Amino acid sequence: MTIDLSTTLGTLELSSPVLTASGCAASGKELDSFFDITEIGGIVTKSIMQEPRSGRATPRMVETPSGMLNSIGLQGPGVDEFIEHDLAWLQSRGVQTIVSIAGNTAEEFVRLARRLHTHPAVAALEINISCPNVSNRGLVFACQPQSASEVVGQVRRAVGNGTMLFAKLTPDVTDIVEIARSVRVSGADGVSLINTLLGMSISSATLKPTLGGITGGLSGPAIRPVAVRCVYQIHQAFPDYPIIGMGGIRSGEDAMEFIAAGASAVSIGTATFGDPLAPIRIQHELGQELERHNFDSLREAIGVAHG
Amino acid sequence: MPEQHLATILANKREGAYHRLVLSAPSIAKDVKVGQFATISVGGQNSGMILRRAFSIHNITTDSAQGQMMELIVSPHGPGTKWIAEQSPGKTLDVVSPLGKGFPLPKSPVNCLLIGGGYGSAPLVFLAKELKKRNCSVDFILGASTSEKLFDTMNAKRESRFYEVYTQDGSHGRRGMVTDSLADMIQKANTNVIYTCGPMPMLQAITEIATFHGVITQCAVEESMACGIGVCMTCVLPVRDESGVTRMVRSCLEGPVFRGDYVRFDEVGSIPEDCIGAPRQSQ
Repeated sequence: MTIDLSTTLGTLELSSPVLTASGCAASGKELDSFFDITEIGGIVTKSIMQEPRSGRATPRMVETPSGMLNSIGLQGPGVDEFIEHDLAWLQSRGVQTIVSIAGNTAEEFVRLARRLHTHPAVAALEINISCPNVSNRGLVFACQPQSASEVVGQVRRAVGNGTMLFAKLTPDVTDIVEIARSVRVSGADGVSLINTLLGMSISSATLKPTLGGITGGLSGPAIRPVAVRCVYQIHQAFPDYPIIGMGGIRSGEDAMEFIAAGASAVSIGTATFGDPLAPIRIQHELGQELERHNFDSLREAIGVAHG
Repeated sequence: MPEQHLATILANKREGAYHRLVLSAPSIAKDVKVGQFATISVGGQNSGMILRRAFSIHNITTDSAQGQMMELIVSPHGPGTKWIAEQSPGKTLDVVSPLGKGFPLPKSPVNCLLIGGGYGSAPLVFLAKELKKRNCSVDFILGASTSEKLFDTMNAKRESRFYEVYTQDGSHGRRGMVTDSLADMIQKANTNVIYTCGPMPMLQAITEIATFHGVITQCAVEESMACGIGVCMTCVLPVRDESGVTRMVRSCLEGPVFRGDYVRFDEVGSIPEDCIGAPRQSQ
């Protein structure tokens, strides 16, 4: 029996719930030499900014128990080059593409959204208001309901109602449901949960911070329980609100946890670093998991952990 | 194109401070270029060590019984590399290879000097053989902190016209560093190009001396990397292009071999102010 893996995120139809996570697949090209990227649900591209950006100094990563810390700092070519090369390539490959955008100010998000939302290759925009690798914590918009809502609201007004918008949230807040409520009211069609957690490592050799950026974002299986909790809480508060779940997924069983908690799609992030085939493998394993639990389709399984 | 495959361990032998790992590699062996690398996952399927370890490819060999094989040199210094060193023949490893660009090879016969620091010498005898096929002359300088940490000295000596070896403690060869007699070697051997692999300070010191003497260096760098396939952006370093513009480039994809005079060694570990996309002064 073939399980129907198709899913919807608002008006966005996906053949499979498995996506790549922003920052863990670049723009898909490198992974396409390991597996056919059109066979998964879609690609979420690395957050793009208006201008080219060098990122932070090295060392940019350190492995931690069942995870890693990174302080990459949004290195990227800037939106012009992104459109010319990456987006053009994604369009030629015919893969569902969710473009992640990042800015230092609400105005920068607006400029990026204006530039990108009418591009034929863009199926949706993910508004990354939660990257921990910025020099000023005050710029993590998703830490406060008001600043989160301001960015999302301005982007919504700029792009009109035709573009799907997802807000990417951080778990580093007292009450993530409050933040979700604010972006929902301001016009986000759904949320991406979760970004990395702010963390730090001190070198046992030098007794100084291991990362060039001093602090970094923690990802990998170590954060999965936090991510599942966030998905569960937000699905409970807003049962029909689309959620893309992510955080330490490295098997179909892990992905199933997120679906049961209320995610309509999942993103594969850090697992891809250790296993370039992870997205396609997890998609296959998720099908097996659904079959094991006697579901005919993915949709039936969304949110089953509740009630 | 790189691929992910399960490779059987055919041999795992200790050599000094290192382990020589011989892996079955039928599908990728023909595509390997000298200077490329392979990554291995460690600790088994549910390991808490989630990232691969990277190794430069030491050699590709063929034997009638085993077919094509890939040899890697492992320095067991952390939990992941120690796990690999403990795996016995017959077991399988999850390998991604070949990765990176490898050493550019000269089109005409030139005089080549190969310099390895520690297990940085791992790809150099393989390289020497490729250079000799192109009628290049090959000279070697090897160095390490102590004799145990030298690798492949006998084979390097066999391939060499001029050969020197250094240890910092004097336990093998001359006491000192590979750079001690580099200027003399360049003149004596009439060196045109230096190929080198080893720690970053060594690559920098070699490049400075070589550049002063008008010799091009090709340096294989070692940067910590999460993915090895170009998607994570952690293994970057500041490198100039031919027009002089500096970018933070991925050592896994654009490297691991770079022209030494293009690498901004002084600024590895920082972002040069004139780098594309560098933070503005006001920030």
